[in-house]
Amino acid sequence: MNSKNLWTRLTKGLLHDSDDDNANRYLILRRNIFILMILITIIPLIIMAVIYQHEYQASLKKEIVNPLKTLANKTKHSFELFLEERLSVIRFIASSYSFEELSDQKTLNRIFKALMDEYCCLVDLGLINKKGIQLSYIGPYEFLGKNYSKQSWFQEVVVKGNYISDVFMGYRQFPHVAIAVLRRTEEGRYLILRATIDTSKFDNLIASMGLDQESDAFLINREGILQTPSRFYGKILDQYPVPFPRGNYGSIVVEEVDPQNRKMLVAYAPFTRSDYIMVLAKQRSALLKPWYTLRSEMLFTFAISVVTIILVVFKLTDTVVKRVKDADEKRELAYREIQHTHKLSSIGRLAAGVAHEINNPMAIINEKAGLMKDLVSYDDQFRKKEKFLGLTDSILQSVERCKEITHRLLGFARRMEVQLVRLDLNELIQETLGFLDKEALYRNIELRLQLTDNLPYIFSDRGQLQQVFLNILSNAFAAVEDEGQIVITSWEEDSDTVGVSIQDNGSGMSGETLKNIFDPFFTTKQKGGTGLGLAITYGIVKKMGGDIKVTSKQGEGTIFTVYLPEKAKIVPGE
Amino acid sequence: MENLKVLLVDDEEEFVTTLAERLELRGIQARSVIDGEIALQMIETDPPRVVILDVMMPGLGGLEVLKRIKAQHPQIPVILLTGRGSTDEGIEGMQLGAFDYLMKPINIEELIKKMQEAIKSHP
Repeated sequence: MNSKNLWTRLTKGLLHDSDDDNANRYLILRRNIFILMILITIIPLIIMAVIYQHEYQASLKKEIVNPLKTLANKTKHSFELFLEERLSVIRFIASSYSFEELSDQKTLNRIFKALMDEYCCLVDLGLINKKGIQLSYIGPYEFLGKNYSKQSWFQEVVVKGNYISDVFMGYRQFPHVAIAVLRRTEEGRYLILRATIDTSKFDNLIASMGLDQESDAFLINREGILQTPSRFYGKILDQYPVPFPRGNYGSIVVEEVDPQNRKMLVAYAPFTRSDYIMVLAKQRSALLKPWYTLRSEMLFTFAISVVTIILVVFKLTDTVVKRVKDADEKRELAYREIQHTHKLSSIGRLAAGVAHEINNPMAIINEKAGLMKDLVSYDDQFRKKEKFLGLTDSILQSVERCKEITHRLLGFARRMEVQLVRLDLNELIQETLGFLDKEALYRNIELRLQLTDNLPYIFSDRGQLQQVFLNILSNAFAAVEDEGQIVITSWEEDSDTVGVSIQDNGSGMSGETLKNIFDPFFTTKQKGGTGLGLAITYGIVKKMGGDIKVTSKQGEGTIFTVYLPEKAKIVPGE
Repeated sequence: MENLKVLLVDDEEEFVTTLAERLELRGIQARSVIDGEIALQMIETDPPRVVILDVMMPGLGGLEVLKRIKAQHPQIPVILLTGRGSTDEGIEGMQLGAFDYLMKPINIEELIKKMQEAIKSHP
């Protein structure tokens, strides 16, 4: 629900933001597009990165864990093979020789010698009877006659038939392992053959694993006592300090933190026929080195991508918003122009109708007043003749004023006949200025002409263009104070357009006035303005296929710029 | 200008009779009529020297009357009066053979001047 709300708000903001404040609106639009685009680009990237990381980590782990397990298993097998070999030899001797033969020191010595030649690491060999008494012994110690019946290993061998001891330190402080087998002879007697093995061979087996600096392999018993020396966790018979899984299981790999706070991956492979557990420990950091390298590369790539995305999105958003703004402005302008044209045409029709209807009664007033004037002036006897003539003249003058207005109205409305002639715009401007010379002189207005020489001739309507410039100039004259300045400039805008600007340093216009300046009947003149001058001007310039622009600042002045095509393209009027 | 016979045709009676009276005061024999058909009959019976004709009239329009006058009496100059500022009508009228056109309200001195010019060009 929340996300839906957010979406609605975002899209609403994006599509129908009705905020009046335009700048604010574009800011919001920019912000929304930016956020949306960032979200839809970066979120999938993040998801992908996370999934990828997860998957890679998982597969990497598998790749690391399996070899670890395999190596631990293989080594365990080597150990088992080694021990089994010794056990089977002892078992073979126990079954090949009779009780009597084995209890004879000489025979036992011979057998021991032969074994020493074939199998390494045997330290001693001895026969023990059912009661636990050492009957014969070959080895470095004096064990003859020793009673083992109370020892736990003796009980175990009697029950299980064979026995492999934990590692123990002999009298000479060498680690040893004792193995023993039980055999029942045909005569029904029990014999127990016991041998001690030097565990130096264990070190060779571990060395053959070819471990690196960050790895450690050793044996422990089920109580966690180290059976071989460990690189990380102490010497033989020390307690293995890391908690390890107890009970019966196949080989497993676990992650552990050891007392030195190292993260370790440890493989445990328990022996099947003895209490040993093969342990292979590796530092996790060493194992995951390729992963860390990859991760930092990925992070770097990710950061670069995010930065790139943000930059691109920012730039893109900027471009999009600018385009939207431009389009909006253009649309607004086009809309205003259409509105204006529409207004002009409908007002034109209205004006024509009104003017025509007023003209007829005006003509009657004109004639009646004229007749009155005639009658009075032809009658010499008429009393108050002067007074009457004054009155009729006043009526006639008013009619004249009305006539002027209606004719201008009609002139505004009528479809103008255009007569195209080849004309020099500079000359036309100077000619037009001729009408205003006197006023300029009288009011001491400076007229500055900046006319481009060799301005191309244009084909246009002389009379109508004169009206255009006369209208604009009249406005400029009205705007400037006495001793003001009016600058008229002409130039070639491009290959088929010429431009003329008329700049005054007069009172300028407010934005509101500027908006309505070309509307018919819009006037700021207190007296005598019909509000048609610039509307007519606008109509003529547009009809010629040209354009007219106005910029103004209150208190600084106004610039009218007229663009005229070199060949007037007549646009049908309304 | 003495004894100059002029026919004024305009549907606006107040206008046309007053104008006729003013012309009479100036020694011009001005007759006025408010209908195109009657005007044509009057021209048949007593052809004037100049016809002043309004363009916008109910019934037979000014331009139609002009066409008929020009067909029957090409030697009679016709000056058009137009209530509309539109020069189109005036120009159309001149293409049909009118001597010139004036826009209402008219200035009587200007009208007389135009009549003199018309007579000069139609001896």
